[in-house]
Amino acid sequence: MINFYEVNETNQMIEKENLDVRTITMGISLLDVIDSDLKNLNRKIYEKIYAAAENLVATGDDIGREFGIPIVNKRISVTPISLIGAAACKCADDFIEIAKTLDKVAHDVGVNFIGGYSALVAKGTTRADEMLINSIPQALAVTERVCASVNLGSTKTGINMDSVRLMGEIILKAADLTKERDSLGCAKLVVFCNAPDDNPFMAGAFHGVTETDTVINVGVSGPGVVKTALSKVRGESFEVLCETIKKTAFKVTRVGQLVAKEASRRLNVPFGIVDLSLAPTPAVGDSVADILCEMGLEYAGAPGTTAALALLNDQVKKGGVMASSYVGGLSGAFIPVSEDQGMIDAVTAGALTLEKLEAMTCVCSVGLDMIAIPGDTKATTIAGIIADEMAIGMINQKTTAVRVIPVAGKKIGDVAEFGGLLGYAPIMKVNPFSCDDFIKRSGRIPAPIHSFKN
Amino acid sequence: MNKTIITVVGKDTVGIIAGVCSYLAENQINIEDISQTIVNGYFNMMMVADMNKCPKQHAQIAEELEDLGQKIGVIIKAQREEIFDNMHRV
Repeated sequence: MINFYEVNETNQMIEKENLDVRTITMGISLLDVIDSDLKNLNRKIYEKIYAAAENLVATGDDIGREFGIPIVNKRISVTPISLIGAAACKCADDFIEIAKTLDKVAHDVGVNFIGGYSALVAKGTTRADEMLINSIPQALAVTERVCASVNLGSTKTGINMDSVRLMGEIILKAADLTKERDSLGCAKLVVFCNAPDDNPFMAGAFHGVTETDTVINVGVSGPGVVKTALSKVRGESFEVLCETIKKTAFKVTRVGQLVAKEASRRLNVPFGIVDLSLAPTPAVGDSVADILCEMGLEYAGAPGTTAALALLNDQVKKGGVMASSYVGGLSGAFIPVSEDQGMIDAVTAGALTLEKLEAMTCVCSVGLDMIAIPGDTKATTIAGIIADEMAIGMINQKTTAVRVIPVAGKKIGDVAEFGGLLGYAPIMKVNPFSCDDFIKRSGRIPAPIHSFKN
Repeated sequence: MNKTIITVVGKDTVGIIAGVCSYLAENQINIEDISQTIVNGYFNMMMVADMNKCPKQHAQIAEELEDLGQKIGVIIKAQREEIFDNMHRV
């Protein structure tokens, strides 16, 4: 029988340490609605998503109330639209019509984001991929809830440098088209290397073609819970530190697993995976950087940060895999800047630089995330940042991503405001030296030697 | 099966248990276990309840208990037992 102490511990986590289920994301395959007529396609996309996700928000809220745990976001991911629109779309504007349909259906079912306005171009780019990518800036400017992502490389295929170069320009264009809102468009656009098919977190969620028709994926959270647990073992050995993180991650993940199973049962949709990521929010006490500080760093970014993050990421996984049979998505620690008060403080104090963040992405679950950079950064420089990050992912056989926001009209020291869960961010310094001639080369970087395992 | 954990936390006052228990009785909810302490004037109670005969949905009970808590001046939560079981039992 459950005792007083255990009940109090759980409720303390929820009330004081920001434990929540960050997202229930319903993945919906659109492969069966493909049509060569754009009007029909849009209608069928709307109908399929609406029918599948009609009860998603209400069910999520009910589960949250019954278990007494907040389920912060209800979201949808769909099959990459470059595939779905390939037969119907003759130009970039046609794709924008699909973006509007996605936005409308997201609004009508009440989810706050819909992901999958995506192209998978790890090795090569089809005409449809290119049209979709070119439509991204406009699509993000005219919609509220649509999120876009592009997979630019993988360990198996190498890096598509033509698309890396193009994405440098696209990100700048997306920033320009949303300049009245601090270039918010870029906050809804992420590029990947080794993008997972079952990621429930935005902006990078899409429903991979290897997935079933509809599926429920759940992303848990709880940096505050880990931090509080660690505050009780200050000064103890690494063994105790690791053990504490592992146990906490286990507890957090079990809640995710429970909610995922329950949502899957009630919606009559198969359960896919639980994503173990520690996802911070701008709320005080909900920060991954604070965990690093609790481990003994003055600020995130101080020497030792990469080691601390590696340890954290690994222990979160070790605790989490025991708690759920199906773990997937990104699973690790997220280190976004604007969505994490501790990271913002570290940048403001001068402790955390772009280069250190890049090193951190070698050992955490994603990449350069929600980083505001000066609006006058060159497209080739952004492409260079992307290429570096893709290379880290390709060589280390892990997912890496870039979500940088070149905030139009702002300079180092200014602050960009995105609002809500996206937070705010100080503009960070970018290395001013040129990589123009490197980025201008055409073609792709071949797959690394260790990809040949057959 | 289908057990509910009801927790009541707040400043101690007359009639907290009476208020909660009469509400539960009115709604056919059976109390199987109660533990309760008062620390520094703060009331702390946990009940294990069986809602199988209750005609209302769980979410509605949780909301009504929350409202009742506001009237008495305490925080009342009704949560399905699974969340605690899952978190604390391997």
